[in-house]
Amino acid sequence: MKRWNWLLWTGLVLSLVAFASYFLVFARWPVTRDVPWVNFLLFIAAMAMLVAGVRRALVPPATTTRKIISIFVASIGLTVFVLFASAIFMGTSRLPASAHAPAPGQKAPEFTLLDSNRRPVALSQLVAGSPRGVLLIFYRGYW
Amino acid sequence: MQETLQSFEAAGVRPVAISVDSPDQSRDLRSKAGYTFTFLADPDAGAIRRYDLLDRGQGIDGHDVARPAEFLIDRTGTVRWRNLTGDYRVRARPAEMLAAAEKLR
Repeated sequence: MKRWNWLLWTGLVLSLVAFASYFLVFARWPVTRDVPWVNFLLFIAAMAMLVAGVRRALVPPATTTRKIISIFVASIGLTVFVLFASAIFMGTSRLPASAHAPAPGQKAPEFTLLDSNRRPVALSQLVAGSPRGVLLIFYRGYW
Repeated sequence: MQETLQSFEAAGVRPVAISVDSPDQSRDLRSKAGYTFTFLADPDAGAIRRYDLLDRGQGIDGHDVARPAEFLIDRTGTVRWRNLTGDYRVRARPAEMLAAAEKLR
């Protein structure tokens, strides 16, 4: 019976899950989006499995094919981790400087935009209609 | 987030969310997340540009989007507090925003 190196393959799958789950699941909540600790934990577990999987492949009977496959699979898993870490850390320096964004003390630029019922709403209307003021929350949008 | 925003409303500050999402997209988001405050659509990023918040090509499909930012505006239309996040994934903590809102008298 051929023995299957489950550690190696599970490590790879876990690495892919750690990557994809950030964008599909964990990025939706601030507590796991700001510092993706769950994903890093998953990656650490994946790396541990990949290392164990490679070590298992090097133990006799260690055919050349098995050794090559194990190194290859482990490299893919490692690459996924490196890509994830780069994406997370490099995302921070990429933001535009916004040097001309209105600062405290300056007048807020006027605009008129459609609300979710397609009615035009002007900033001046919002400001006039509110007891103390308005909090504008610009967000990235998901589409 | 909805409870924090209700605290703003109790403090007399009206929260208004703006992005490049269309009115239909924000209506979906509002109903799914249970938000009741105003969402405004800025699909051609006109207001986003006026506030110098354009993040080119960073949306899915390479669309221009806004970098996250918050501005507290008083009754005279003057900015009293703002937050330009350094990290696209981190937004201002609700407690900071509320503290700034409390100071508006």
